[in-house]
Amino acid sequence: MADRSPTRPLPNLSELDTAEFWRGTQANEFRYQQCANCDTIVWHPRAHCTGCVNGDLEWRVSAGAGVVYTFSVVRQSYHPFFRSQVPYIVALVDLDEGPRFLTNITGTTPEEMDVGMRVQIVWEEHEEVHIPLAKPM
Amino acid sequence: MSDRDAAIVGIYEYPDRDVDGEVNPLQIKAACAAKALADAGLSWSDVDAIYDASEGGPMNGLTISEYFGISPTVIDTTGVGGSSYEFHAAHARRAIREGKCKVALLTYGSTAHSNAFAIGVGGRGGGGTSPVDNMESFAGQTLVSNYAMAARRHMFEFGTTSEQLAEISTATRYHAMRSPDAVRAMEDLEFIDIRETTIEDVVSSRMIADPLHLLECCMISDGGGAVVIASSEVARDCAKPPVWILGSGEATQYPTNGGSLTSSAAVQSGPIAFGEAGVSPSEIDIAMIYDSFSITVLTILEDLGFCGKGEGGSWVEGGRLRYDESGGPALNTDGGGLSSNHPGMRGIFLLIEAARQLRGESTSQVDGAKLAIAHGNGGMLGSRHTAGSIVLGGD
Ligand SMILES: [Zn+2]
Repeated sequence: MADRSPTRPLPNLSELDTAEFWRGTQANEFRYQQCANCDTIVWHPRAHCTGCVNGDLEWRVSAGAGVVYTFSVVRQSYHPFFRSQVPYIVALVDLDEGPRFLTNITGTTPEEMDVGMRVQIVWEEHEEVHIPLAKPM
Repeated sequence: MSDRDAAIVGIYEYPDRDVDGEVNPLQIKAACAAKALADAGLSWSDVDAIYDASEGGPMNGLTISEYFGISPTVIDTTGVGGSSYEFHAAHARRAIREGKCKVALLTYGSTAHSNAFAIGVGGRGGGGTSPVDNMESFAGQTLVSNYAMAARRHMFEFGTTSEQLAEISTATRYHAMRSPDAVRAMEDLEFIDIRETTIEDVVSSRMIADPLHLLECCMISDGGGAVVIASSEVARDCAKPPVWILGSGEATQYPTNGGSLTSSAAVQSGPIAFGEAGVSPSEIDIAMIYDSFSITVLTILEDLGFCGKGEGGSWVEGGRLRYDESGGPALNTDGGGLSSNHPGMRGIFLLIEAARQLRGESTSQVDGAKLAIAHGNGGMLGSRHTAGSIVLGGD
């Protein structure tokens, strides 16, 4: 019998805009796009530049450090996986290179959390994809 | 002041908040439409424009016309979440001004409560076909924690407190206790301890997603409503005094790198609506603002210019938002989504209660109310949302 305990929802690896990002996670790389024509940082990933109409998007790799822009502590969830995780921390992290992404903060407690806290990406490894979480530095 | 070329002439709010599987959303829409048309002294055959938020399906402009048995020549299925009805009112006024129609019908019906949708704390499933879902669903964000993140940032930047946010909840409950429909709604949805609330009640209620407490979160009800908007010619012959649409604004907001979560799309839509109406926020008697959560209202009050950005917390202290207090508009005098009616998309009730106030029919009636704003927020405050602002004036 396979283990039927609920697991974290994982991305669809064939979604066209984001497939390259998720491929990168297998090497523990947080990839984001920047336009070679106008320098705009594009996040979330997509096929066109939002800063110019002559877009030439290139993939870059973040060093994985950033700050917590804001966060919440989820005390109640009916999701089959997340209900087993409460209380857990969701946060928007501003990576030093620019992208602001939604994630969970791990390796700390709700009481220790602060807006503006420095964090570093840590990878939660799954079979086909690694999930970018963040922990305080 | 703005031209008086289109007015709300008929309104109806479905009284039941727990239909227990006895009616479906389409039936609620039709029942409300008939009552709102009767309120206006009109009938099905007068309707030549239909507005629907298309939450029932992609062909709903057709489905609803057939179900109602009408043949409209303006069909608008703008679906932008809970603010859809403010967009519809804006579009109806434009269509009426262009001479494309004379009588527009807006309807809403939902059985969110009966369906036991865990709207607030359900969280999203895995992956998905949209790039946004594919980047975010792994994190277990709930709707409540989305708004909570906006509240946390507001607290960080401006020193806003939970006690200040609680003022939104207590003012709204104060109004709800004066409305028999709101009290019955809370009874039917099995609220515990149905009474006026204190700041202490709110901040000592259970934390759902820090820093938002249970009594800062809207209910999930069944319900629906209808609004009839007519040209000035038609409005003059209707059964009730017209409530004029004086100005409108529409906007979107979504996450950007380095963007702010302490203001909303109301920053764009509000000034456009006030400007068109030739009205300033200080002149507004009634503020019907989408109260999905306490922070939604506080943010939008600031964004609409009732007070400065970041000053909302201290500004709401002391109860100025109550219908019988001066120094600010009366907020959500029907009891709001927090304490009266929230079946998922509350925008239509904002128009309905604003119209009641400007007709003199509210259960928390502001003496001599002349100007109101109905501001809908669709989607989620803490990430991506739409804003629809409608300035309304009495006859
Ligand atoms: Zn570019």
